[in-house]
Amino acid sequence: MHVPILKQGPNLIATVQAALTDADLVELRDELAAKVGNLRSRGVVVDVTALDVIDSFALRTLRSIAYTTRLRGAETVIVGIQPNVAFAMVQLGMKLEDVATALDLEEGLALLNRELRGGGNHGG
Amino acid sequence: MADETRVPIASELDIVTARQQGRGLAAQLGFPLGDQTLIATAISEVARNILQYARRGEVRLELIQQGRLRGIQVVARDDGPGIADIAKAMQDGYSTSGGLGLGLPGCRRLMDEFDVDTSVGKGTVVTLKKWVR
Repeated sequence: MHVPILKQGPNLIATVQAALTDADLVELRDELAAKVGNLRSRGVVVDVTALDVIDSFALRTLRSIAYTTRLRGAETVIVGIQPNVAFAMVQLGMKLEDVATALDLEEGLALLNRELRGGGNHGG
Repeated sequence: MADETRVPIASELDIVTARQQGRGLAAQLGFPLGDQTLIATAISEVARNILQYARRGEVRLELIQQGRLRGIQVVARDDGPGIADIAKAMQDGYSTSGGLGLGLPGCRRLMDEFDVDTSVGKGTVVTLKKWVR
């Protein structure tokens, strides 16, 4: 299932709609990397509220989205990881490492806007 | 409610089908939401291993009973290359396919019981169980 990407000011918002296949996630990564350039975006929010499972492949791809867009000059925030999904990720031993996360879309955008204004203050 | 569901694994979409079926069965059995997510995640990992290493195989989901305990059993079976060094494959961080190698040790943590039967050139059977508390 294709993930729609919306532009809001300097940021892109990708809202994952339903269970994604591996190919969908890889397509999302490539599309975000391209759009960050085309639209000169500074931030990306990936909303995964609808994902009921984040397995090792999904996690690697989310991390790869964050690293790819960072190399293109935009920060990514993953928002909406459900409590049960977060617990399963911890049990599985998966880490997002230095990828920013926020509770929901609103918090994610607030984080990005703070970073833009503050010149990348990760203390947030 | 069918006591057994077989999901053939031959494409990425089958991984999604397997974990959704597994979550459905877990919900019917009365597993709380948290456990349903652990089960679905474990199914996703073992189904992915099938696709990645053996290209095709099958995930069997079944209802199991032991005394007064009820639970779900997940059997992931393939006729792929098998795992040469199972001790190593059970270490966190080991992988032969460029992945994180978290699959099997991670699955063991997600479920109550875990068993691997593998032989080189013949295939792999991973059996996972979780009991309703």
